[in-house]
Formats: sequence, C-alpha cells, structure tokens
Amino acid sequence: MEDPWARVTVALTLLAVDPAALRGLWLRARAGPVRARVHDALVAFAPRKLHPNITDDALFGGLDLAATLGTGTMHHHAGLLGEGGMLVLSMAERCPPALAVRLAQALDAQTDLGLIALDEAAQDGEGLAPALCERLGLFLDLDALAWADTAPFALPMDQIAQARARLSQVRVTHDARTQVAGVAVALGIDSMRAPLLTLAAARAHAAWRGATELEAQDLALAVALVLAHRATAVPDAPPDDTPPPPPPQPPDDAAQTPPDTDSAQDIPDDMLIDAARAALPAGVLAQLQAGRVARAAQGQSSSGAVRKSKRRGRPLPSRAGALDSTGRVDVVATLRQAAPWQKLRRQSRPDARAGQVLLMPSDIRVRHFRAQTDRVLIFVVDASGSSALARLAEAKGAIELMLADAYATRDHVALVSFRGKNADLSLAPTRSLVQAKRQLAGLPGGGGTPLAGGLQVALETALHARGHGMAPTLALLTDGRGNIALDGSADRAAAGTDAVRLAQLIAQQGIPALVIDTGLRPNPHLASLSGHMGATQIALPRADARALSATLSAAFGD
Amino acid sequence: MTPFPFSAIVGQDEMKTAMILTAIDPRIGGVLVFGDRGTGKSTAVRALAALLPPIDVVAGCPCNSATLADCPDWAGITQADIVTRPTPVVDMPLGVSEDRVTGALDIERALTRGEKAFQAGLLARANRGYLYIDEVNLLEDHIVDLLLDVAQSGENVVEREGLSIRHPARFVLVGSGNPEEGELRPQLLDRFGLSVEVSSPREIETRIEVMRRRDAYENDHAAFMAHWQAEDAGLRAQILAARAALAGVQVSNVALHDCASVCLALGSDGLRGELTLLAAARAMAAFAGADAITREHIRAAAPMALRHRLRRDPLDEAGTGARVARQLAEVLP
Repeated sequence: MEDPWARVTVALTLLAVDPAALRGLWLRARAGPVRARVHDALVAFAPRKLHPNITDDALFGGLDLAATLGTGTMHHHAGLLGEGGMLVLSMAERCPPALAVRLAQALDAQTDLGLIALDEAAQDGEGLAPALCERLGLFLDLDALAWADTAPFALPMDQIAQARARLSQVRVTHDARTQVAGVAVALGIDSMRAPLLTLAAARAHAAWRGATELEAQDLALAVALVLAHRATAVPDAPPDDTPPPPPPQPPDDAAQTPPDTDSAQDIPDDMLIDAARAALPAGVLAQLQAGRVARAAQGQSSSGAVRKSKRRGRPLPSRAGALDSTGRVDVVATLRQAAPWQKLRRQSRPDARAGQVLLMPSDIRVRHFRAQTDRVLIFVVDASGSSALARLAEAKGAIELMLADAYATRDHVALVSFRGKNADLSLAPTRSLVQAKRQLAGLPGGGGTPLAGGLQVALETALHARGHGMAPTLALLTDGRGNIALDGSADRAAAGTDAVRLAQLIAQQGIPALVIDTGLRPNPHLASLSGHMGATQIALPRADARALSATLSAAFGD
Repeated sequence: MTPFPFSAIVGQDEMKTAMILTAIDPRIGGVLVFGDRGTGKSTAVRALAALLPPIDVVAGCPCNSATLADCPDWAGITQADIVTRPTPVVDMPLGVSEDRVTGALDIERALTRGEKAFQAGLLARANRGYLYIDEVNLLEDHIVDLLLDVAQSGENVVEREGLSIRHPARFVLVGSGNPEEGELRPQLLDRFGLSVEVSSPREIETRIEVMRRRDAYENDHAAFMAHWQAEDAGLRAQILAARAALAGVQVSNVALHDCASVCLALGSDGLRGELTLLAAARAMAAFAGADAITREHIRAAAPMALRHRLRRDPLDEAGTGARVARQLAEVLP
C-alpha cells in the first residue's frame, strides 16, 4: 500500500465489511485535523462513546436512581455493552487495566460488539492495555500523516453491504493459512489470535474487491494492517537491503513482485514480511514494544490512582455521593441524613405508602477509605568503572537480597543504572522479579560515572510512579565519585554541582532515599550529597550482602 | 453462538487434562493456567462449561443447592422444585467490588421498599461450579484475601451493614494470567490444586490446524459443531464414568510411597502437595479406566500438582517445571 491515506481508508472499509471477525481498530493518533477527518468517517459505524473512567453502571446497566426514587419502584437502565454495536474508547491510553479486561471479556463473549480505541499516547510508558491490543484486529498510526495527504472520506455503505454479502463465499486455502502462520512465526508473534485476525482481514479485502479467492494483495494488506504492529522480532532483512524504510515502500520492492503474480500460492513469505516491515519503521516498532512492556509492568495500579479510595483501606467518614458501582453506600448514614426530613417530604408526597422511607438523591452517603499505596523501590546502581572494579558484584548481591524482600512485601521495583555517559531506566516499575533479576544479571560495568544523570532518571521515575499513585523510595548504590556532568562532559566540578542540585530536588520532592556507599574508603563528597538529599547513608559492609539487606530493612522501617 | 468445543482445541494437552481432572474430582482444587496471550486459555475455560455434565438444583436457590435442606434459610425457599442446569462457570472480572463478590445488602430493595434483603454475589453463583478469574495476577489484594478465606472454608460469611449471612461456596477456582505482568501471591498460588504452563504451539502445522478449525467454527458452524459436539459428548461420558469409578481406584502402599518420596525430594511446602498429587493421580487412573494407581499416573500428575508448590526462589528463572521433571526422573525411574 503505497499511499498511507489509502491504507487508512481501506482499514476503515474492512472494519465496516466484517466488524464481527475483525473486532475493532487501534487508532494511534494525537488529536488534530487528520484524526478529525478519520473521526468523521467513523460516523458511518454509528459508534457510541466510552471514556476511561466509565462506571460499571454505564457499561453494564444498573439502577436508574432518579427514576427509582421518583416513583418508588425499581427502574433499570441498559448499559452500553448490552446494546452491542461499535464503541469508541477515547483516551484509550488512560484506560485502566480493570476496564481493559472487562472490554476484552465483552469482546470475547459478544460477537456483535466492536471497539475503536483512540490512543493518544504521547510518551513511553503510555499505550493501550495489552489485553485490548491483542484483541483489536486492525492498527493505524496517523502520526506520520500530514493534512495534505488526506482527503475527505465517507464509507461507501452500499458497496460495503454488497461486500459483506459476498464474505461467506470467499474461500481460504490451505496455502494462505500456511503463509500467514509462517509470517506470524517469523515476526515472533506467539498469539494465535493474530493469524486468525489476519485471515479475517484478508477475507474481508477479497470480498471488498469482489473476489472469491484470496490473492497476494489481500494477504499483503492484511499482514500490514494486522500483523505488523504485533511483531516482536524483525526478521533479518536481505543482505543488501538498506535499513527498513518507512512507508511509502521504495519502488525496488515493488519491482520484485512478478507482475503476473495473482494467486496466493505464489507469493514468497519474504514479500509478506516485507509488507509488515514497510508498515512500520523500525523506530516505531521499538517504541511500541517499549510502551507495551512498561504498560504491562504497571500492572494493577491504574493511572492516577487516588490515595483516597472508595473501595479499600481504613474507613473515613462517609460523604455525600452518587449511587453508582464505584462506591459503597453507607446505608445507616444515608438513612440518618434522610430521617429529619421524612415528615416534610410525606406532606409533599401524599401518595407514598405507609412506612416507606422517602429518599432524595442528595441523601445518599458513600463510604470512603484511606488506601495504602503501593511502594516502589527504585534502585539507582552505579555501574561505572571505579565502582565496577571494586564492588559491583557485591552491590548486585545486595540488590538481589532486597528483591527477595520486596517479593515478600509485594513492593514494586525499578532499576536505574548509570555508566559511561548516560543513565538508563533499565527496568520500569514492576512486580515481576524475574525481569528485575534478568536486567541485573545483564548489567555491564565500566566507563565514567554520570552520577547526576542517574539521579535525574531516578527522580523522573519516582515522580512518574507517584503520578500513578505509588509511593517511591530511592536506594542509591554508588562510590560517589561522579565525573560526568549532566550535559555529558567529563568535568568533575560541574558533575559535582549537578549532582548536588539533583539531590536537593529529590529532597524537595520529599522522596525518601537511602545512600549506600560502595567505595573502598569513605568519601566526604558522598556524605554531603546524602545530606542534600536528606538521605540516610550507610556503607556497604564488605562481602556481607545479608547484613546490608538487614540494614536496609531497618532503614526503611519495615 | 455456542462456545468453541473443548475437544476441538488443538494441542495444549496438559491444560485440557488438568481441567478434566478437576471435573472428575472437584476436591483436587482449582487449576492455574499461566502463559502467553492468545494460547486458548479463555477458550478452554468457556468450552469447559459446555462440556461439563449438568447439575440438579433447587429452582430459585441463589447458591445452586442440590436439595431443599441445603438452601440457606435467608433465601426463603419453600418449594423443592428440582431443575437441571448447566454447571455454573462464573467470570470474575478484575476491579470487581467486594459487594459483588461476597454479596451485600440489596441496596435497591432497601431504598425503594425499606426491606432488609441479601443480594447474593459471585461466590454464591459459583457454588458447585467453577469460578474463573482471567488475569488473576492482577487481581486486587483485598479481593484475593476474600477468595483465600472462602476457598479454604467452602463457606461465605457476610457480616456487614446489619446483615449476618452465610452460605456454602464450594467451587473450583480457575485462574489464568501472564507471568510477565506480575507475580501471584504465594498464599493464592497454594490454593490452586493444579498449575499448568501454556505456550503457543511451536510447530507450524499445529498453528495451521488451529486456524483451520477456527475458520470452520466460524464459517461452517453447523457441520463443525455436529462433529465436535459428538466428540465432546464422548468426553463427557468418559468423565462421568471416571467419576463413578473414582471411589473404586485402588491405592497401593507403593503408590503412597511414591507420592511421598517425590514430594520429599522436591522439598514442597506442607503436606498439601502429597494430597493433591494423590488425588490427581487417582483421577488420572479413573479417567484412563485403570483400577489402581500406577507409577505412570503419578508421573503424569506430578508436574501439574507440584510445579507451583516448591519452595520458591523468587529469582530463579529456570522455572520450577524443570526441577520437577529432573526429580521425577531420579525418584521414579
């Protein structure tokens, strides 16, 4: 597909032809005129809107409070899922895992339901929940599209209806299945849903063309729309190939296609893989994967989790609130609130039954709790030459022991490492200790000591975690001999100033921290740094990681 | 649309066997299925519901009681009309509220009619059936606590909002999840009788077969179901026969000794390992039509019964499956 806009219109058409098999569309785009244009085309689906904070009541249906209290008999309203049809989830990147799983279950159970997820992810760590990525068939990324490339588009509903009628006549051959399975394996896609969705897309495209046999172009298009973004491995490019080109596809690729190839049997698998590779530039691929891992690691702590919870924790006094499924009604408080008004209300409602308590929506009191937030332990590890030579192995041992503790107390862990010129978030906050262990084992040592850079990444990670409702704690393991400044220059003085500045920032943010001196001799600079950070400083006891772990537990007060 | 038939699921034999074993003997406890997305975990659970033989329940009983005497008195049931129902398989969504799980005061009736009534929750509905939790490792801790308590005692006790209610809640817990997304609490892990690890089929032929059957299921539904429902019926008959034969399966001292020595060699925590292994091996023998437990049955049941019970080094990557296999080869040559 040479023209990116044509790819968009075809994707929407296929979704309209066979929504039951394709299940939906993951549309990655920032708000803007291009997305607005796509949005206009979606009107043909008569979609209904969801937002990430939708309540279960609105989703599954529930008690219609106003009508119930008004009439004194029970009234229910139907939920969005019950009506089927196409749903549009706006701000899908904010969709909490609980909602994602519910939508996924609904998609599995109801074939009349489709979902278009509008993903506005702007940075790493954001993105559509994996449960939905997995189930929605098609993927489009509009970010690379310019307004000039687009044109007004409306779905041709008559032709679509004809194509839908032809759908059942399209035959899927054994060869087509073999090819799709082969490409999925080559792209490192484990899930069996992906090849099934690919075949559905190819079938819809064949029906759209008015054909009854799958051809090369159907499969190539389906691979680009369905499989490409799921790839976890990019198969080796042919030796003389330049790095995978972004769309549009270079002409030499097209030239490789024998012009008379019109039967699905004849397309080499390589071509399908090329179609997948062309659909996504390499950078985007890496970014998508990173986003997905970070998202997965985030687990149950949903975006913007509140410290005042409606569900769990220590009870706080009840407050006025709405009767919905997010909170628990405090019945006693509600009745107490309503009691003084009964006489007055009865006068205005002569039709009320004897003994009926007359409640108004404003009487409802909802319980509130103070929830215990999840803790995330951010290990900031100095893997520089000076440190590596001395005690990196010991530091790793100590971290492993702390990880075991973290496992017991259900803490999240994150790993920031710094060496050479820069610092990385090696592991985003996760409860998966297997990942933490793997990252730690593979941590190389050597190079300069960009201490300030490490602190900067740690601070960002901590603030990000706090934004997600977790309580961050830093554990810095270093010998404190920072020699690389924030701008990457090897200037010991600037490096020291930068480190102190960041340490002060960390203290200002009130992030609890602990500094573990891994140096051979005590370092006065490190002591002053700890002071600026408001951190406790302890020395790494020689070759006794277990003692360190005990010290840490004591220092963190658990 | 009727769910995808159980027998038509390609491969994933260990997962299917584990589910069949719990259908033969619910006392084995639940099944935990850990693995990648799109490997047929949910498909298998939903298919299981259609496979299981129906149960007799008292009409209107919120917790599927078999006889009038078993009905909780708060349900206010006086007539023992017995109806036949499919075995319940109840989904527990993530982010479910405590009220929905345990049941709570029926707010609607309380507010509109001023009556104090109990609205039964998911635990009541799952009684005598299956409780399925997708993404079980992402379940919130306070819900896990509730489940642990009920799964242990087989009874749900609600003491809140002026209600004091109890009802039986015996169910087989089926959980599925992806280990990359987080660990499961060890306490909950222990409540699952069997655990299996699934992965996508590696052979291209198997993957093609999956696509072929799914295609037939969607586009040639009637013929496909006619064929596979016959297979399912055969499997159902086999399960019922195995249930009947279960009590008659002989357990020799050698078999007991084998179970104990495997668990000892693996250093599994507590005695639940041995008991589950024995129960699973017994169900395995009954399913195979054997009249006594042989070493073969124990060897087949051991990985799923013990994999998740080993004293766990949280940082051991190799996975416990390999450890079980190694010890089995040594202890039961």
